[in-house]
Amino acid sequence: MRGKNSKITKLVLAGALFACLIGVLRPALALDRAAMEKLALGDGDERLEGIAALVAEGDPRAGAVLGALADGEMQTASKRILIVKGDDATDAVTGEKIAPLPAEREDVMVNNRLRGAVQDALAALKLVSPDRDIRFAAAKELAGGTVAGMLPLVKKALAKERDAEIRELLVHTAASLELKADDIQTRLAAVRTLGLSGSGNAKRLLLSVLESETNDDVRVEAKQSLAQVNDRLAWGERAGLLFAGISLGSILLLAALGLAITYGLMGVINMAHGELIMIGAYATYVVQNLFKAHLPAAFDAYLLCAVPVAFAASALVGMVLERSVIRWLYGRPLETLLATWGISLVLIQAVRTLFGAQNVQVENPAFMSGGVEILANVVLPWSRIVIVLFAGAVLAGVWLLLTRTRLGLFVRGVTQNRAMASCVGVPTARVDTLAFGLGSGIAGLAGCALSQIGNVGPDLGQSYIVDSFMVVVLGGVGQLAGTVYAALGLGFANKLLESWSGAVLAKIVVLVFIIIFIQKRPQGMFALKGRSVET
Amino acid sequence: MFHRRSFLKRFSALASTLAVTAAVGLQAPQVHAQGKTVKVGVLHSLSGTMAISETVLKDVALMAFDEINAKGGVMGMKIEPVVVDPASNWPLFAEKARQLITQDKVAVVFGCWTSVSRKSVLPVFEELNSLLFYPVQYEGEEISRNVFYTGAAPNQQAIPAVEYLMSKEGGAAKRWVLLGTDYVYPRTTNKILRAFLKSKGVADKDIDEKYTPFGHSDYQTIVANIKKFAAGGKTAVVSTINGDSNVPFYKELGNQGLKATDVPVVAFSVGEEELRGVDTKPLVGHLAAWNYFMSIKSPANTEFTKKWADYAKKKGIAGHKDKPLTNDPMEATYIGIHMWKQAVEKAKSFDVAKVSVAMGGQTFTAPSGITSTMDPKNHHLHKAVFIGEVKADGQFNVVWKTKGPVKAQPWSPYIPGNDKKKDEPALMAEKKK
Repeated sequence: MRGKNSKITKLVLAGALFACLIGVLRPALALDRAAMEKLALGDGDERLEGIAALVAEGDPRAGAVLGALADGEMQTASKRILIVKGDDATDAVTGEKIAPLPAEREDVMVNNRLRGAVQDALAALKLVSPDRDIRFAAAKELAGGTVAGMLPLVKKALAKERDAEIRELLVHTAASLELKADDIQTRLAAVRTLGLSGSGNAKRLLLSVLESETNDDVRVEAKQSLAQVNDRLAWGERAGLLFAGISLGSILLLAALGLAITYGLMGVINMAHGELIMIGAYATYVVQNLFKAHLPAAFDAYLLCAVPVAFAASALVGMVLERSVIRWLYGRPLETLLATWGISLVLIQAVRTLFGAQNVQVENPAFMSGGVEILANVVLPWSRIVIVLFAGAVLAGVWLLLTRTRLGLFVRGVTQNRAMASCVGVPTARVDTLAFGLGSGIAGLAGCALSQIGNVGPDLGQSYIVDSFMVVVLGGVGQLAGTVYAALGLGFANKLLESWSGAVLAKIVVLVFIIIFIQKRPQGMFALKGRSVET
Repeated sequence: MFHRRSFLKRFSALASTLAVTAAVGLQAPQVHAQGKTVKVGVLHSLSGTMAISETVLKDVALMAFDEINAKGGVMGMKIEPVVVDPASNWPLFAEKARQLITQDKVAVVFGCWTSVSRKSVLPVFEELNSLLFYPVQYEGEEISRNVFYTGAAPNQQAIPAVEYLMSKEGGAAKRWVLLGTDYVYPRTTNKILRAFLKSKGVADKDIDEKYTPFGHSDYQTIVANIKKFAAGGKTAVVSTINGDSNVPFYKELGNQGLKATDVPVVAFSVGEEELRGVDTKPLVGHLAAWNYFMSIKSPANTEFTKKWADYAKKKGIAGHKDKPLTNDPMEATYIGIHMWKQAVEKAKSFDVAKVSVAMGGQTFTAPSGITSTMDPKNHHLHKAVFIGEVKADGQFNVVWKTKGPVKAQPWSPYIPGNDKKKDEPALMAEKKK
């Protein structure tokens, strides 16, 4: 077997050498040397021509060469074009091995323009692959915008393709390439086909048709198609905005939910709430590092492990705080405010000393990066989808805990009437500690979630404390449902205003709105009925 | 109550006398070095939103001091660095600058990143007549006799980058999103760019200017809006986002699948250091314009990167000890420190006026592979401009560069009224008359 292989290799090598010799005389054999030189040594337009020439030949080696170019493995040594993989080098034109490596080599420069063309060419070559998934991915890549010259390949693939989904993509690609065809009927059909699409790319192409087209029929058709595309795009934008609002709302909810317990139910103005979030984020960071160091194979699972750790870390810190400082200050809101603010500074400085002042990097596990495309112009990032679901789960958990468990009953009892609860035998001090720990732990969960989309640094909590208080106060102190409505409402309001007036102004408008709202309705959206509001 | 008030009065009177004496003391001809050392200030944020960018500048400055000290110091005197942390807090920059000049009596200060911090310390340096070396690209519109600018002016970074994106090779962009953090540098740069784009025939409807606050972390709507805008024609994004907001911004770009071949993003404040820890695979092809990239091949750069790698390993600098990275402001800091040393030795004095005169025309073989010259008049460096595309490993691939060094135009010709302004510090010009 081995002997046969080496014989074949020898034959191939000899053949390659022969081809090379002939190639000097007649450049049309093997890989086109002229095209390769244009690609590697030419400038701008010449290089694109080189790619088109290579693909048009249909040589299967063209794919390998272009792949090497895209991966930055193509180099030149004087006039020779090499493909360098580690220490092995082959001549890109003839395919022969080159040893030793020439010392003076230069990378073939790839810029966006060339990279786009190479990716399209690679995709076009893959359209004939027997594997459906590869063909689908290739068709998708091509649908994003193409250089002319791929049309014959696309048509050839279209003639053979049986899969409906891939056909649809290819028909669009073909249409976008036929917009400049000489025949008016072809152009008309192409414009009509594009009208069925809902992608930003189709809009861009139709706009360019309106700019350059001279035939009136085509112009009218293009206008109609453009209106259709615009309609679909508008739906996509609305869906995107809706999701952005939900996403921001879920983040606000996570950040505020802990505070809704410590401030809303227990009445402790906890200025260190943001720092408890920060501790959760750092706990996630520590767990990530442990996984990286000891369990690199299961790295993606670190987040699952980080959730309980973050909860425990923040809950512990919260409970220690409650036992050592806050419990002496119940009923004295001003002192609580000052003391917890001092504690927040201590915590920030402690983290700074432990982990350094700079932000730390928390990597997303693989399942949290990338996104899912729900419409042609709307991609929902996985990280945000996961956080929305997570916020929902935490909310459900808190609700169950408060309404369905003994601890929840005690907490509600102590909130409503501390003296009476104490009289009937509820250990109020212990309930306070546990409730505070619960609120702090939820802040830790928020930190764990925030570490996935934002920066993790000692100042992390400061940017969320104001938002958290805003949510709780707006929603009505002492009400979980109010917190949920306020978080989602603020999320939507912020995102709507942001897309309309910019991020800076949106923030200001929301703050002004809250101030006015609290002036008119100091008890928030939902008020607890009864005497407890007055105290 | 009365007692307390009179105490306060007395205290403030005492404080102001102290300040005045300190200031008077400084106007004496030169900063006296104690013994065989000369004190030098380093004023960079080591915490807060800008720490991601500024911390390494402190480290590279300390490396340059070590290097100079190992070769015998400045005029035989060892450099004694005084490092302070203004904590990304702009008023604190001014306080710390005053402290460095009046209490520590430093001969020169290397520092600042954001323009808002530079604007906040500028009056302090002018009042106390001390020297600041500013190592970061900025919006121009400023020449002070007390500041040497070793970073790029807009014509050495922003305008070439936009010209490149307009060219066929750069993608021939027709529509522009100008996206920045909300403060003086992005606002002024975008004002210049808007005027420049208009001079090239770009209509107002094809320019979208957007700002976010410092430390902004939710870029969902912004990225969605870029997508929407890009459907109207070939679009490029010019980002002047500063500090740690860049991490969520680039994460969002990657997650929403906005590719560089469709909508390239060129950034003026994102370098090798800012991309550390960001998954760069989805970002391949996005651009940055700088006057230096770590990937530049030149003997001076090989030496510089090796020096930094060794230093980072020796000092155990977080992150850099395992994966040393260099970037443009680090190079500019390094050039500035060496040029200051050369100027002091030429002037044979630490005196601000004498050193300032000696600075004009100083040359230094920069790691970027060119010989940087300090302009004889306008306090700015002549620099080459490079445009790089992000590679999968977080380094940059240089796709375009100027033929040679470009002279800085701190007064951009694209802002009305600038044609009448002098290309040198005002006070010095008056003195010459």
